[in-house]
This record gives sequence, C-alpha cells and structure tokens, in this order.
Amino acid sequence: MPSSTQISYRKSSWWKLNQQRLTPWIFLFPGLVLFLVYVIWPIFNSLYISLLQWDGLSPAIYVGFSNYIELLDDEYFYISLINNIKWLIFFMLAVPIGLGLAIFLNQTIFGIRLIKSLFFFPFVISQVVIGIIFAWFYNPRGVIGPFLETIGLGNYAILADEDFATYGIIFAGIYPQIAYCMILYLTGLNNLNTDQIEAGRMDGAKGFSLFKNIILPQLRPATFLAIVVTVIGSLRSFDMVAIMTQGGPWGSTNVLAYYMFETALSEYGYRMGYGSAIAAVLFTIMMFYILFFIYRMYQSEKKGL
Amino acid sequence: MFPIPIQKRPLINQISYRVLIPISLLIWLIPLIGIMLTSIRGLGDIAQGNLWGVPSEFLLFSNLKDVFQNTPMLSYIMNSFKITIPTMIGAVALSCMTGFALASYRFKANLFIFFTFIAGNFVPFQILMIPVRDLTYQMGLYDTVTGLVLFHVAFQTGFCTLFMRNFIKALPNELFEAARIDGTSEFNIFLKIVLPLTRPAIAALSVLIFTFIWNDFFWATVLIQGHHAMPITAGLKSLNGQWISAYHLLSAGSIMAAIPPVIMFFLMQKHFIAGLTLGASKG
Repeated sequence: MPSSTQISYRKSSWWKLNQQRLTPWIFLFPGLVLFLVYVIWPIFNSLYISLLQWDGLSPAIYVGFSNYIELLDDEYFYISLINNIKWLIFFMLAVPIGLGLAIFLNQTIFGIRLIKSLFFFPFVISQVVIGIIFAWFYNPRGVIGPFLETIGLGNYAILADEDFATYGIIFAGIYPQIAYCMILYLTGLNNLNTDQIEAGRMDGAKGFSLFKNIILPQLRPATFLAIVVTVIGSLRSFDMVAIMTQGGPWGSTNVLAYYMFETALSEYGYRMGYGSAIAAVLFTIMMFYILFFIYRMYQSEKKGL
Repeated sequence: MFPIPIQKRPLINQISYRVLIPISLLIWLIPLIGIMLTSIRGLGDIAQGNLWGVPSEFLLFSNLKDVFQNTPMLSYIMNSFKITIPTMIGAVALSCMTGFALASYRFKANLFIFFTFIAGNFVPFQILMIPVRDLTYQMGLYDTVTGLVLFHVAFQTGFCTLFMRNFIKALPNELFEAARIDGTSEFNIFLKIVLPLTRPAIAALSVLIFTFIWNDFFWATVLIQGHHAMPITAGLKSLNGQWISAYHLLSAGSIMAAIPPVIMFFLMQKHFIAGLTLGASKG
C-alpha cells in the first residue's frame, strides 16, 4: 500500500509542477480541435479541391490550375465579381447613414430608448425575412409597381430589369446594415469625452468643424468596426441573392458567394473543383481585410503587453 | 454631449424634433409595418390592392391557422430551436474555456492561436462549404440537426473566443494571483473565480449566438435537405416558392420566423448591444 500512495503523491507533485503549463492546453483542447477540423482544415482542403476536376462522387482528377484558367474566360464569373464590387461600394453608404441616424437619435427625450430599439429592429430579423419583404415590395403586383401605376408612371419591376436588379437587392441588404452601423455609433457617441467637447466649444468650435475636428476622431474605433462589419457583410451577400432573384435575370444579379454555390451544389451540375476555385477568389479578397484587421489587433495587443 | 441636447435649443426646434422622430421611425419601419399589416389581411384585400388601408377583415388567426395546418411550419420552428439552443450552449461553454486559456496564461503559441480563431471567424462560408459538407456526409450526419449543430458550434467558437478572451483579459489579474498564492488549483480558479465574473459576457454571447444561428440560412441550405430537419429560414424559402402570390400567408410565416429573435432582443437588449458593440468605444 505505501507504494501506491507514493505513486499518487508523485503524480500529484508532477501535476503541481506542470499545472501552470498544461492547464491552458487542457482548456483549449475541445474548442481548438473542433475549430481546426471544421474551419481551418476545410480552408486548405478547398484550396486543394480547386485544383481538381470532381463531381463529388466519382474519383477526382488532378487538373492543376485549369479551373482558374477557365474562370478567366467565364462571363458569369466577371458579372459576379463586378456585382461584388457594386455591393462593396454601395454597402459603404451604410456607415455614413448609420452615423447620421445615430447623431439624430442621440438625445434624451421621453421614450428614446424604445425608439432606438425599434430603429435597430431590421438587424435582429433574419435576412430571409427582409429579402422576402423587399421581393414583395418590388414585385409588379406587390407595392412599388402598383404605386407607380397609380401615380401614372407605369408599372416597373426592378428585379426583372437586368440592369438594375442588383441595386434593388443591395438596397434591401443595406437596410439591416444601416441599423448595425447606427448602433455602433450610438455606443461611440455615448462614450465621448465630454471635457474635450466642452473645451472645443469654449474655443468657438461648433457645427461641422466641431464634428470634424473633435467628434469624428473620437469615433474612430466605432468607424473602424463599422467598416469591418460592413465589408464582411457585403461579401456575404448570399442570403439576399438566394431569396430575391437566385442570381437572375440571366445571371445578372449573381455574386461570387451565390455563383459558387450554384456551380457546386445545384441543378447546374456538381462542379466541386470549379466551385472551389471561385471560393478561393472570394477568400483571397476577404483575406486582405482579415489580415488588415489582425494587424490592427496585433498592434493594440503589443501596446497592451 | 454631442449633438447639443435638444432641451437647450429653441422651442421650435424641440417641437419639430419631437414630431420628426415618430415620422422618421414610421418611414424606417415601412417594410416591417407592411408585412404586419399584410399578415392580418385576406386574399380579397390583397387582390384589390388594399395594402395600407384598414383591413376589411381581421384574419391574422385564420392565416396563422392556415400556415400551421397546411405547411410543416411547426416542425420548422421546433427544428430552429433544436439547432439554436444546443449551439448556443456548446459555443459558449467551449469559448469560456478557450477564452480563459488565452487570457490568463502566457505561452508561446498564445497569440498565434488567438489570431487563428479571429481569422477563421471572418472567412467566407463558401471556402468551407464543400469540405464541411463532405465531412458531415462521411460522419453520417448529413441532413440531420446534429450535423448542423456540430458545425455551428465549431464556427461560432471563433467569434466567442475573441469575445471571451478580451472580457477575461480585462478582469483584474491580482484576483487570480491571490487565489494561486492561497493554493487554489487552476481548475478551481476557472470554476470559482472566472466563471461567476464572466456572467455578463455569457449573457451577451448567448443572445448574439441565438440570433445569429436562428437567422442562419446558408448552412441550413448546405447541410439540410429534408423538411424533417429544416429550420425556419430554409423552410420559409421553400414556402416562398410555393406561395407565389399568397402574401398574407407568407407574411404570417415571416412573422413567426421573426418573433423569437425579436423577443430575445427585447429581453436581453442591454447584453445584446454590449456584445455587438464590443470595441466600438475603445481603441
């Protein structure tokens, strides 16, 4: 019996010695493993699949970069890419509009808390629901078309118009995004340094110059976050396109996110390799923003340490 | 205060501000008001183009009855809960642990692992789609709630870790040191000191994850095929195809999809906003 107590004593002292070093790994283990399996490994796997010709069932053939070469000649790829750029540009409007709304609402009158929450509503609701509502508004038998007809402008269905359908979807997509930016700025406005503002006002700064020189610099963290979430939101335009047009009419509203899905997993064929090549392009675009974001966080971490 | 409090402005500004607020709110919510009004109408009103006027009949309950009787709506809603709640618990539990590990211990790979979680959290879903679908298939979990939950937990752990780690990092370190000197084991530091203090963060993450997952459409489309496991977002999409111009039913269904996250938001508003705006007020 003494030997067994000795072993357990030894065990516990070994544990005591190494506790500090091992504990973080024990705590990290389940989360990290799951994350590596479901998020990190698939990224590399997708990059590999993009070099294959594969329908998901029969054996895959290694084809090198030919999927990427095919992309260069694919008209729909360019349409999607250009639409992504349109999304990116117009989505950015959510940031100043959100700021404007936040300034408009940053008062203390009776019931303002409820009003702010109601303004935030569109962000809480599923994009599927927002998409359904706007598709109905745009429908020739829905809301806007009949309205135009009554005032004598003639019916118009934006989602059926090859040239403008994308703008119709972006408009719907930006609606919840404005709410998100607004809430970020409301938080920023809430935490402004009052002394600086008062000092500025003493010096005679007011209106736009006060806003530009004193308020806006203090809102920088909110602006940074608003831009990051808006860029990411604009590249994740899948839901809206899937609900409102499914890429049509004639592929004119496709974006990379939806085009990839369509190529890899729909009646248009199961082209896993080609789909992965599209995903890789989207991933590369996003990677710039991710690296930029991480660089900023790294800088602030270094300051903190 | 910026802008100048309206109370310090001339009376005329104060009055016009108070008038402008409800008007702008009304305009802002037109899409949502439209869908609410439509959900109480009958087909007659819609066919006649009476969309904004007084409904000629109040049919909300009959529309809802119609939706629940003739579609798998109830099963969609149940599936959404079956997917959302386990994901919420799983991701929050895992990230309490990862967040604690990354916030309170210094080791070489620390920052690298932290940034891996952040980077993974931002990648476009499409780059994960084919391998994740394949993996789920091979585990025999394709078209099941479990398969979808497993992926959601893994993916959300990235965002939750970022959040938890920063939250725990901001706690006073002396607390842990004092406990260590008293001989408290690392596990007890986590259980007895860290966990109780992270309660606000746990609340914030829970509501955020609830909303994100409830509203997820992409992964439900990729990993689920049949109605037996389909959540309400994917279900609505399939009903959208069937009810070409039955907008009163579509509206009633949409409202069912919108209610749970809206209730969650109202109950936990403070935490929800604190979670979303993390970092909006400091460098």
